[in-house]
Amino acid sequence: MAILSKPDVPRFSVDVYQNEYLPEGAGEVNAVVTVTASGGGTLKGPAFAGGHGGHGERGGGDRAPDAAVVIMVDCSGSMDYPPAKMRGAREATAAAVDTLRDGVRFAVVGGTHVAREIYPGEGRLAVAGPDTREQAKQALRRLTAGGGTAIGTWLRLADHLLSTADVTIRHGILLTDGRNEHETPEALTSALEHCAGRFTCDARGVGTDWEVKEVTAIASALLGTADIVADPQNLAADFTSVMETAMGKGVADVALRLWTPAGARLRFVKQVAPSVEDLTDRRSEAGPRAGDYPTGSWGDESRDYHVCVEVPPAGIGREMLAARVSLVVPRPDGGADSLGAQGLVRAVWTDDLAASTSIDPQVAHYTGQAELAEAIRQGLEARKAGDADAATAKLGRAVQLAGLSGNADTAKLLSKVVDVVDEAAGTVRLKTKVAEADEMTLETRSTKTVRVKRRPHES
Amino acid sequence: MTADQHRLSVCPGCTEPVEPADLFCGACGLDLSAAAAPAADTPTVALQTRDDTPSAPSAVPPPAADPGTDSFTLQPPAPRSADPREAGAAAPGGQACVACRAGRVDGDGYCENCGHAQPRERDHMEQESGPVAAVSDRGLRHHRNEDAFALAVATLPDGTPASVAVVCDGVSSATRPDEASAAASRTAADTLCEALPRGTHPQTAMHEAILAAARAVDALAGEPAEAREHAVQQNAPACTLVSTVVADGLLVVGWVGDSRAYWVPDDRSAPARLTEDDSWAAQMVAAGLMSEAQAYADERAHAITGWLGADSYELDPHTVSFKPDRPGVVVVCTDGLWNYAEAAEQMAEVLPADAATRPLHSARVLVGHALDGGGHDNVTVAVVPFPGPAKGAGSG
Repeated sequence: MAILSKPDVPRFSVDVYQNEYLPEGAGEVNAVVTVTASGGGTLKGPAFAGGHGGHGERGGGDRAPDAAVVIMVDCSGSMDYPPAKMRGAREATAAAVDTLRDGVRFAVVGGTHVAREIYPGEGRLAVAGPDTREQAKQALRRLTAGGGTAIGTWLRLADHLLSTADVTIRHGILLTDGRNEHETPEALTSALEHCAGRFTCDARGVGTDWEVKEVTAIASALLGTADIVADPQNLAADFTSVMETAMGKGVADVALRLWTPAGARLRFVKQVAPSVEDLTDRRSEAGPRAGDYPTGSWGDESRDYHVCVEVPPAGIGREMLAARVSLVVPRPDGGADSLGAQGLVRAVWTDDLAASTSIDPQVAHYTGQAELAEAIRQGLEARKAGDADAATAKLGRAVQLAGLSGNADTAKLLSKVVDVVDEAAGTVRLKTKVAEADEMTLETRSTKTVRVKRRPHES
Repeated sequence: MTADQHRLSVCPGCTEPVEPADLFCGACGLDLSAAAAPAADTPTVALQTRDDTPSAPSAVPPPAADPGTDSFTLQPPAPRSADPREAGAAAPGGQACVACRAGRVDGDGYCENCGHAQPRERDHMEQESGPVAAVSDRGLRHHRNEDAFALAVATLPDGTPASVAVVCDGVSSATRPDEASAAASRTAADTLCEALPRGTHPQTAMHEAILAAARAVDALAGEPAEAREHAVQQNAPACTLVSTVVADGLLVVGWVGDSRAYWVPDDRSAPARLTEDDSWAAQMVAAGLMSEAQAYADERAHAITGWLGADSYELDPHTVSFKPDRPGVVVVCTDGLWNYAEAAEQMAEVLPADAATRPLHSARVLVGHALDGGGHDNVTVAVVPFPGPAKGAGSG
């Protein structure tokens, strides 16, 4: 395996948090793996040059950016009701274009029941610069509402455009305001399967007439973020920040590689921060006893993963490597480039009950955060189904968990859906009147997690 | 696992559970009788080291393909010198795994197939130095050996040799106890070897050696912050120490903590314990608050009240000198041994009669006794022969 040594590729580090001690006969090993990428020279667009990008020798524009971005804007008829949505979408796209770093390839796609190239057209990508940015913004006037919604076609066009560029980072930004009504769900699923691993994509829903599950499914399949922008006025700010993040990516197609010993069973692999994303079913085999789990592209950032392995129990006093965690960029030829860092998840059998019964604070925290996301999902589903008792119980548990773990953002979102009687006990009453935007915001953001306050000396 | 489970409970090839009567593994077909045989053959002496095995260090563990030395539950590394300068020399790169025999050992010391940690240098250590010998073993219940020992032969100003043995037991509730015990034993032995040739009285030298060992353990506390960051406990490293010097008809013992020294005369006339534990139980007995039986039955019995390490505020090294009137052997050991032979009479019973002439063999027998008893803790013992009163002892 070669080691990537490009100067602008972030350096990765892996930290493992676990209680490795198991009682006799036990085999379940839990660990939280923190992956941190740094030193990638995160850059901002021209408007932000001189900000906190930091690395002077990599000033914006000096280096040909190795990225391509396609912005997909919903142009279905509903975008004109109210007209603020179409206006907001145009302004947001203009803001995103302004945030493009010089040299980045880009295109704008208008989406209805078919996908249409708005800029530059003819199946090409433009190269960001003062002229092309201006031309693109002029072309946005052609973003007009009229037609249906078939998101699969937008994604396939984006994929086609992105595939014309020989770049490291391929990214999409997708905005929709309605349900995917003009193609079958299978068509969207098949488009997502086609695009998965070819580019990453952030998805945004504007207004409240879109389907949370569709938008989160797109972001999940394409390893991007999902969010709601209920008020079209806030779109520009959101697109700016999404594009800034995209511009900061330095390495794509990173996979979390897990080796586990013979006889072991990987029970689950979840990203748990910044949001919960179950990766267990996305394994691709990578040699004997090893599998790769896709994590998409990375800039300077840190993510946490919860790994749960069942190993064959061994005798008291024995020690076993339960998992070896590393980061790789798989190559098309079946090989992989190592990103250097690795972490060891261990199992040590002991008859010291004090040691084997304690739970690592990180593992406990993220177990709680995953349960929180699940409680919100189940609670909202029960509420929609009219099962008030189940909804009250689940959302009450969610309020309790959010309070316990200090997830203030989620607690605040919950308080717009339920009246909290007693946070510690998880006693709540369902609100009789809930704004649709509040419920959708809670649903969309239910998987957002907070980290344990740790390593205070670092802050 | 208890002593009577030395026979295989899982297949060494694939870790499939097996019944005592099974001849072959039902999952992978491994011949279990061949794999299990040696454990049954050597119930007394630890770790497949036959009584008559020469102590010459061998560079590599027994070939993994040899079924006669391949017990899954007890496989030790080959006996090696405990000299710390040789530690870390083993390159496990291409070795076959002792647990499954199917995989190779990776750079981190784990099998790339079954993940089992490979035996480490310190899991089992043996050393002979002049007339003195010591054996240290991880035991059956702990995942690493936190005990350490150091042996040396110093030369007194008049040219006569002095035997030095130091045994240390890392405090498990502290961080990096294995480093603490290694540093303390090495430092104490080095200090004695410097002081004795200068003519320092052995008891004074012992006192200085313990203080030097304490400083060495203290110094560890300031070391890599990174290493401590992830540890469950944040206690500074700590360990016990017991040491003996046999020089010119004089027997000096020094200790801190609950590691012990026993005197066993060759004629077995009146064996005796030479140390008083710095432990909760010993304090209870000394204060007349409990009987010895009551005190040692209490779960707090082994809580120690004295140790070397950064959290120890009042270090009180105990040193005692004896002038035995007959030849014998000093058994210097951690509680991993004396838990299985607490009274001096019991220790004398377990110690082979020829201990003075075969100290390494005797040390192995003592460790084997602890393992047969359950091996609940790391076991370390040094056997130091005392040749008898000095010639012309009338002057001293």
